[in-house]
Amino acid sequence: MPKDGGIGASTTRREDVRFLTGKGNYTADINTFGQAAAIFVRATVANGVIKSIDTSAAAEMPGVLAIFTGEDFVDVGGNPAGWLINSRDGEPMKEPKRPVLAHGKVRHVGDAYAAVIAETEQQARDAAEEVIADIEELPAIIDMAAALAGDAYVHDEIATNQCFDWGWIEDNRAATDEAIKNAPHVTTLELVNNRLVPNAMEPRASIGTYDAAGDSYLLQTTSQNPHLTRLLISAFVMGIPENKLTVIAPDVGGGFGSKIYHYGEEALVLAAAKKVGRPVKWVADRTESFLTDAHGRDHVTKIELACEKDGTFIAFRTETLANVGAYLSNFSTATPTFLHGTLMAGNYTVPNVYVNLKAVFTNTAPVDAYRGAGRPEATYSIERVIDMAARELGIDPVEIRRKNFIKPEQYPFGTAAGLEYDSGNYDALMDKMEAMVDRKAFEERRKQSEANGKMRGLGINAYVEACGIAPSNLVGVLGSRVGLYDAATVRVNATGNLSVMVGAHSHGQGHETVFPQIVGEMLGIDPQSVDIVHGDTSKIPFGMGTYGSRSLAVCGSAVVRATEKIIAKAKKIAAHMLEAAADDLDFTDGQFTVKGTDKSVGFGDVALKAYIPHEFPIEDIEPGLEETAFYDPANFTYPSGAYACEVEVDPDTGKVTIERFTACDDFGNVMNPMIVSGQVQGGVVQGIGQALLENTTYNADGQLLSASYMDYVMPRADDLPFIAVDHSDGTPCTHNPLGAKGCGEGGAIGSPPTVVNAVIDALQSGGKNVTHIDMPLTPARVWAAMNNA
Amino acid sequence: MYAFDIERPSTIADAVKALSDEDAQALGGGQTLIPTLKQRLAMPATLVSLTGIGEMQGVCIGDNGEVCVGGATNHATVAAETASSYPGLSGLAGNIGDPAVRNRGTVGGSLANNDPSACYPAAALGSGATIITNTRQIAADDYFQGLFETALDEGEVITEVRFPVPEAAHYEKFVQPASRFALVGVFVAKYADGVRVAVTGASENGVFRWTEAEAALAADFSAGALDGLSVPADGMISDLHGSSEYRAHLVKVMTGRAVAAC
Ligand SMILES: Cc1cc2nc3c(=O)[nH]c(=O)nc-3n(C[C@H](O)[C@H](O)[C@H](O)COP(=O)(O)OP(=O)(O)OC[C@H]3O[C@@H](n4cnc5c(N)ncnc54)[C@H](O)[C@@H]3O)c2cc1C
Repeated sequence: MPKDGGIGASTTRREDVRFLTGKGNYTADINTFGQAAAIFVRATVANGVIKSIDTSAAAEMPGVLAIFTGEDFVDVGGNPAGWLINSRDGEPMKEPKRPVLAHGKVRHVGDAYAAVIAETEQQARDAAEEVIADIEELPAIIDMAAALAGDAYVHDEIATNQCFDWGWIEDNRAATDEAIKNAPHVTTLELVNNRLVPNAMEPRASIGTYDAAGDSYLLQTTSQNPHLTRLLISAFVMGIPENKLTVIAPDVGGGFGSKIYHYGEEALVLAAAKKVGRPVKWVADRTESFLTDAHGRDHVTKIELACEKDGTFIAFRTETLANVGAYLSNFSTATPTFLHGTLMAGNYTVPNVYVNLKAVFTNTAPVDAYRGAGRPEATYSIERVIDMAARELGIDPVEIRRKNFIKPEQYPFGTAAGLEYDSGNYDALMDKMEAMVDRKAFEERRKQSEANGKMRGLGINAYVEACGIAPSNLVGVLGSRVGLYDAATVRVNATGNLSVMVGAHSHGQGHETVFPQIVGEMLGIDPQSVDIVHGDTSKIPFGMGTYGSRSLAVCGSAVVRATEKIIAKAKKIAAHMLEAAADDLDFTDGQFTVKGTDKSVGFGDVALKAYIPHEFPIEDIEPGLEETAFYDPANFTYPSGAYACEVEVDPDTGKVTIERFTACDDFGNVMNPMIVSGQVQGGVVQGIGQALLENTTYNADGQLLSASYMDYVMPRADDLPFIAVDHSDGTPCTHNPLGAKGCGEGGAIGSPPTVVNAVIDALQSGGKNVTHIDMPLTPARVWAAMNNA
Repeated sequence: MYAFDIERPSTIADAVKALSDEDAQALGGGQTLIPTLKQRLAMPATLVSLTGIGEMQGVCIGDNGEVCVGGATNHATVAAETASSYPGLSGLAGNIGDPAVRNRGTVGGSLANNDPSACYPAAALGSGATIITNTRQIAADDYFQGLFETALDEGEVITEVRFPVPEAAHYEKFVQPASRFALVGVFVAKYADGVRVAVTGASENGVFRWTEAEAALAADFSAGALDGLSVPADGMISDLHGSSEYRAHLVKVMTGRAVAAC
């Protein structure tokens, strides 16, 4: 049993006290003396040539301090893509410049082409209405296939709408084609992975401050990774030296990926702060969030599964168009490629996999990583086509998966999609899931539903994903332009309490609770005496931040390494205090003890000694007790799961009701089961939202029809069932010191195909010949599918 | 939002006077108007708040047994106070929006706005209600004139709505999943002299009566009486949440369910 809130205890989240009592400190809560307001003037058309922008009337409006247009930023850099992808023919991807403010052309509704700085937000809004732009509207490029076929371009300078044409693994293409040609059975499915709007509860916000005395800048912003944002602004966009720019991400109200990226508004408030000599603040409204936060998913895929008549998998082959929107967001080229194609073997021993993916520019908001990022797209394709194949072959959906699972004794297992999975036990997860859903009694429940005039279905799913991103050496070979380590500094204060500075950023994940559990356990001290410091580049070591379920696996491992260094040094000091050799000391429950004696000294006394180094071997040991570790993992971590969903479908209206949802996950060793349950449930809710509700729609003119909560359907409590979760008995990760696998995204990865499989099962049981419906499975779509069948 | 002045009259007469300024606009619960102002889609110089007018508040029973609702009465109050006198109306009011919306939004505001997906228009038309204004009485059949269009004149105030109480009534609402307004809502009311079926959410012309269903139900008040009837998809709303065919289909399904629940 975990003791005293250490590793494995379901410690209550300490950060919730401030969040739930309104004491959080979000960017919009920060107000500084003399601050001015920025308002952006945004395109109302999806594609247009900026003929002229007349700011003279706006400049005369009350309170206006400055007005910026794209012209002001032609000499600074563009916001870059963080990952270089080469096409199948070896050509590097197309990287059109993404300017701070649109210049020459606007490329999506919401694209900012001017910004007004005024004394107050109201004055800035009033003046923004007086910015007169002559924008010649061009036909919008929205549909991906049409974008590739047409001769009008989102970026004229590259004369194509194709960013790249990627093959994975190109050397396996011929063998996969051959295997499919000769296969006894091939199931083909065309599907859409629907575009999602991230909808963090807190809209983006940024405050720029310039200190003329030191020629230095401060950016307070809604970021998941302040160091990455600083690096992008310094090295690529503005050229501000890193030592002259501090980035602080205070409390952040959710990100889900959308706050990984650097956005032009951040650069603008910095430039504006210098120009007007006052802090400049911008807070997005909800419409701006809908129109300009990087969206997620948006793939159109054809997947083929070739198999033997007995259900043994022979090959997966996919052809995908992936929307990158109007500009390349920072990870937009990695998400559909290395976070997607590499997962296309799923949980299976399938020998052949080939993925072809074309990334396409369109006049829509940029698309980038959103909770799961690439892996939900892979899992959805694989697990939908497997379900369809099982039905065609008359094989039970659980059995066909079990038949092809990688078995526990096969790890480490190199998949046909190029990854090496370190550990897992997919059959055990299936066993647990089947027991939890009481599958044997399902037919009874189905009869009950039928008696009530409803069709009932059971959908099941298996997933594996690659997260805890990841080894810098590996991602470097794959095209990453950054490293993906993380860092922690453990500072033991003289009086024995600790400040731990971490590179990961907590915006809902619970780091402030979990990291102290780890440090407390290792040092044998009360976790309450450990505080986490994060989100401020002037205080924390250079870390890469929070995304890709990496905070525990990567940054948590850095915390472990730094704490080990603390123990090693403290042991030397203790050895001196106890007049023994360091090797002769045991360290348990916060006490250094000379082996086989009762001579001991407590950790707190050692800390005090480190800072009041009287009678201290100053020649051998430095005073102080503070250590930093950078941790770069050897591999991704590979969490996996077996999910089940039971639905009822109303045959009269097409409405789907989720009756039960079960998630059995393997996250390796679990530090705080309660927080992990919350992560899974939150992820599942987002997956259910994608599967049933979230219908991001651009019309042919490039207007976002679902641009408010009156039309964009977020999952609400009454849309959701009780979500049963289990993540006990995981198989530990073999390469990080905690044995932990990332848990932040599994729920969102595993759930969409589970829900869709369940709905198809229900329709089939009701005698409807429906084999696939594209997400979201709205009542109208389900009804239309039933009635066309 | 643009800057505006606010007036809080305590009598209908004062409100009407304040509204005679052409840049003044009535403010009910603000559940539609305030979001519109926030988006800078309207620019009234003065808002005239009606919720402080005592004579426009509350629910009572009229001389002919009809339920009389003050024009500035909020949905929560209607839901609570008509629970026994007119359960069908109470159920409709109690299922509008969420508690915050029901505690602010008013019957007068809802009918004046005449959103094609709003619930109250179905209750008013389905009950054959009378809309009372500061100048006249308007029969519901004459009041609704298309999308966001009504018989109200500029500056005219809905002071009261009188609902004749049916023998049985029920409102069946299939929600638009985002806004939770009606994707299709059907109000069925059975009176001694006939049945009224009012449909909201479906038509491009706003709330309407499904007269074929009314006739069939007058002869046989059962869901089965609708067999063989159908609503044409022509003229039905088609949007993100459902095609016109789907809405036409739902009109029949919701009508059947409303009858069954009566
Ligand atoms: C989140 C949300 C969910 C909602 N869900 C539903 C729903 O499910 N079903 C539904 O039917 N409605 C729904 N509504 C609408 C709400 O119920 C109100 O009925 C509606 O907003 C109008 O009423 P109000 O009192 O708020 O009017 P206001 O917003 O104050 O005014 C609306 C218009 O009516 C005018 N007006 C107001 N009162 C009068 C009057 N007495 N005489 C003449 N003109 C007047 C105003 O000048 C304005 O033009 C929802 C609203 C929100 C915000």
